[in-house]
Amino acid sequence: MKINVLAFGVAKEIFGSSLVSLELTNDATVSNLQYMLEQQYPRLKQLASYMIAVNNEYALSGDTIHERDEIAIIPPVSGG
Amino acid sequence: MNNTQIILTAEPLNIQSCIDWVMSPESGGIDVFIGTVRNATKGKAVSKLNFEAYEPMAISEMEKIAQKAFDKWPVQKVLIHHRTGVLQVGEVPVVIAVSAAHRDAAFDACRYIIDTLKQTVPIWKKEAFEDGDVWVAAHP
Repeated sequence: MKINVLAFGVAKEIFGSSLVSLELTNDATVSNLQYMLEQQYPRLKQLASYMIAVNNEYALSGDTIHERDEIAIIPPVSGG
Repeated sequence: MNNTQIILTAEPLNIQSCIDWVMSPESGGIDVFIGTVRNATKGKAVSKLNFEAYEPMAISEMEKIAQKAFDKWPVQKVLIHHRTGVLQVGEVPVVIAVSAAHRDAAFDACRYIIDTLKQTVPIWKKEAFEDGDVWVAAHP
């Protein structure tokens, strides 16, 4: 399945775009997605940390990703 | 929820209207946190900050924090306003206002809200230094 990943802050600069498309297997988990992103964008591994959000909620590494989910990469937040 | 107001905006924040919104006849006190853009980080001059938000999730995370404040303390109204875009030194990126019958709840809830916002709400700031821009907290 094809998914889109939204990127913000430093992640947008690492991707060179605010949206990247990836091809994932149908039962892919958040950690599968992270592995794939880190292969394509090794600079992600230099971040202090980062989270994946699925449908506007922080996701756990074992959560399954479904087609049409809204996926976002959340680098360390710094609001306020 | 008419006891909660969450706003994410590119427009300047109006502190007085934030205070007015949480005030009520039942309130015995209002606690307000005002974040301001500081002119330096670790001794290096900062000229401005650029705030970016993942807007729908930022709103939903701020709503969760407000709800948690109501669960934890007897507060009456909670307001969280946050800016996006470019802010100059001295401008206000965030206002938290909390009203309660007694001051302890207002102080505790206000502190909790700003501390949690900084940990969980997907908003990012980039500091502009003379020699380049840096996303705050991105790298260890």
